[in-house]
Amino acid sequence: MAKIVVDVMLKPEILDPQGKAVAAALPRLGFSFATDVRQGKRFEITIDGEPTAAQLAEVETAAEKLLSNPVIENFTVRVEK
Amino acid sequence: MALDTVLIAQANPDAAQPFAELGLKPDEYARIKEILGRRPTSSELAMYSVMWSEHCSYKSSKIHLKQFGEKAVKSDALLVGIGENAGVVDVGQGYAVTFKIESHNHPSFIEPYQGAATGVGGIVRDILTMGARPIAIMDPLRFGPADAPDTRRVLPGVIAGVGGYGNCLGLPNIGGEVVFDQTYLGNPLVNALCVGVMKHSDIKLAKAAGAGNLVVLYGAKTGGDGIGGVSVLASETFESKGPAKRPAVQVGDPFVEKVLIECSLEIFAEDLVVGIQDLGGAGLSCATSELASGGSGGMKVQLDKVPLRDPSLSPEEILMSESQERMCAIVAPENVARFLEICAKWDVTATVIGEVTDGNHLEITFNGELIVDVPPRTVAHDGPVYNRPLAKPAYIDEAAQQVVNPPLPVTAAEIRETILTVASTPNLADKSWVTDQYDRYVQGNTIQSQPDDSGMVRIDEKSHLGVAVATDANANWSYLNPYEGAKLALAEAARNIATAGAKPLAVTNCLNFGSPEDPGVMWQFAETVRGLADGALEMGLPITGGNVSFYNQTGDVAILPTPVIGVLGVIQDVRTRTPMSFKEAGLELYLLGATDSNLSGTEWAYLHNMRGGTAPIADLAKEMRLIDLLLEARPLFGAAHDLSQGGLASTLIEMVLRFNVGAKIEIANPGISLLSETPGRVLIAIKSGEVAQLLALAAKYKIEAAKIGITGGSALDINDSSIGLDELRKSHTETFKKLFG
Repeated sequence: MAKIVVDVMLKPEILDPQGKAVAAALPRLGFSFATDVRQGKRFEITIDGEPTAAQLAEVETAAEKLLSNPVIENFTVRVEK
Repeated sequence: MALDTVLIAQANPDAAQPFAELGLKPDEYARIKEILGRRPTSSELAMYSVMWSEHCSYKSSKIHLKQFGEKAVKSDALLVGIGENAGVVDVGQGYAVTFKIESHNHPSFIEPYQGAATGVGGIVRDILTMGARPIAIMDPLRFGPADAPDTRRVLPGVIAGVGGYGNCLGLPNIGGEVVFDQTYLGNPLVNALCVGVMKHSDIKLAKAAGAGNLVVLYGAKTGGDGIGGVSVLASETFESKGPAKRPAVQVGDPFVEKVLIECSLEIFAEDLVVGIQDLGGAGLSCATSELASGGSGGMKVQLDKVPLRDPSLSPEEILMSESQERMCAIVAPENVARFLEICAKWDVTATVIGEVTDGNHLEITFNGELIVDVPPRTVAHDGPVYNRPLAKPAYIDEAAQQVVNPPLPVTAAEIRETILTVASTPNLADKSWVTDQYDRYVQGNTIQSQPDDSGMVRIDEKSHLGVAVATDANANWSYLNPYEGAKLALAEAARNIATAGAKPLAVTNCLNFGSPEDPGVMWQFAETVRGLADGALEMGLPITGGNVSFYNQTGDVAILPTPVIGVLGVIQDVRTRTPMSFKEAGLELYLLGATDSNLSGTEWAYLHNMRGGTAPIADLAKEMRLIDLLLEARPLFGAAHDLSQGGLASTLIEMVLRFNVGAKIEIANPGISLLSETPGRVLIAIKSGEVAQLLALAAKYKIEAAKIGITGGSALDINDSSIGLDELRKSHTETFKKLFG
């Protein structure tokens, strides 16, 4: 069994209202470390056996078609040990 | 990129500049050089290119739109006319109402959710800018065929975007349209209308008067949203090949906009601004040049003071950014402290970025270097004007030759089948799947919304004064005859207002067309404007403003000419409105207006792939008599519902299903009677005892009135055919769930 992780983030130039809300809430709760926060989403996909190159390519396609909106989001695909 | 300053532009006059890539023609570029007496700096080039784009300058449409002013009716009700952000209409009791429609078509094709959401955000800020509190929105939408895969991508995103943004703002969505046609497949139309209300004394204008007054930018920080979006997105046709010019999509934040609305209204209430402008298309380029040219012309802006979300933006990008939820105000120095205090209270970023001067140039500096030095009128108002060639397209005469004779139902079984087909076809099916995603009743003042003929909101809770708004377009008729099509859409919108008992007062419009560089499209546009101007003059309704969207085409195929006409009306007491349907049995059903046998442009012809024929000729004098009849006879009506797309068949389906009370109809020539879409007709329900009064009034206004049936039962019976309401409801409501659910 292996876990494939797809991280989806808004492109850097796109406004992230959720991240902004978190960034504004942090100092209100006394956390002063952050200069900016951006929020994304993470998919964990479990498959049988070690992923082949073909399977990873399929995940890439799925990430582009379903998991992300390529107009405003970027994604990365990696295998988690 | 090194900073390009005015000094450098003077020293280095022959540097090559990418004007063509920015959408400027060689002669337009030459004109800029002539205005400035030198080459523009790159920031100036950015400003001119975006402000002289079709979307901002109306360069192809201006010459035609002049008619709206020339043919205008003198109306005391019009407090602010064409030219400002939105027209303002007097509705009595000291109240004024402002309303406007805009298109956000191209962005909504690329990114449906954000495109539609920011379309709503933009029109709401336009209304706010006039000093009004936004109170309701409406969305006329058009998509490709309902079963096309791309429609399944675009439609749900657009609906969610309209709902998401509007619901977060707490604005009720009180109506609109959803129409499907092949030509909208690559070019969906997303039009957004907003209505706002204020007291007469609260009207605000976009002008920067008074040297020494300060320029304050407030609202969201500036990022790389939609850089050049306005010029690139709205002025270039989508090509299937070639690298896509896809600028960053604008992302809206409705909660910031909500705070911006409340903050602005508090600032207006304390009378702290001299002039105000929202930042929409073309961002700061537009706001600064329009504010400056609205005053004496002089303004100095320090661009490096603009708060940035993305510190890497160049000055050109800052000028062109279309980041949402921003406003620009002109504030007298003694009021600035209080202005900033109110912004701080609402947690809205506000920054003084410049001041009004007594000169006549807009001067913009970046870190002390002069990068823009232009006469602002040349940017904002004196752009190029084109009298583009126009030619009646060949299809018009060909279409007129076509015989439109779709099969008509005769037997009981055929009538049954026809009614079920009309009930379920996507253009006429129940739209609750769409409107249930919108908050229709928030704020508690919504009197009518979908599926009523018009949206109606109460604006005074003591006197029950209300306004009604309807939007209509019949692209099939506009395709066959754009002149008549515009008049017919105007008449239909006005009729929809009057059906509920409100008096039509003013007109706005959103004219959606293909490429103005196609003489055929330009002819359609010119004819539409002529028809709308003539129609509004004849009906005595002022046109308060509008919006033009060109380049709605994919390859050579333009969309159907789609002039969306909005009419606003007033009703003194919303409690006296006429509902669209009946709740009781035993009422007599009377059809007002005459029915003819022309089926051209009807939904029934469309269902049989017959797109030709000749459009009806609008009889506006009769439409006005019908409106007068509806208003005077209102106390007699138990219900009234307009006949439009889908004819009597569609009207009956909507009425019996509304409150689940059936009807028994007896009609001669059922095919034509049910399916003809002859304009100027309304179906009303009335008590038997009041029929004589109705007939007397109908005779006075010379409107035909014929009894076609009686209410009651749990079925829609037409002659010998019968459909149970449950079966009819299933057929009417299942379509959208099946397609998109």
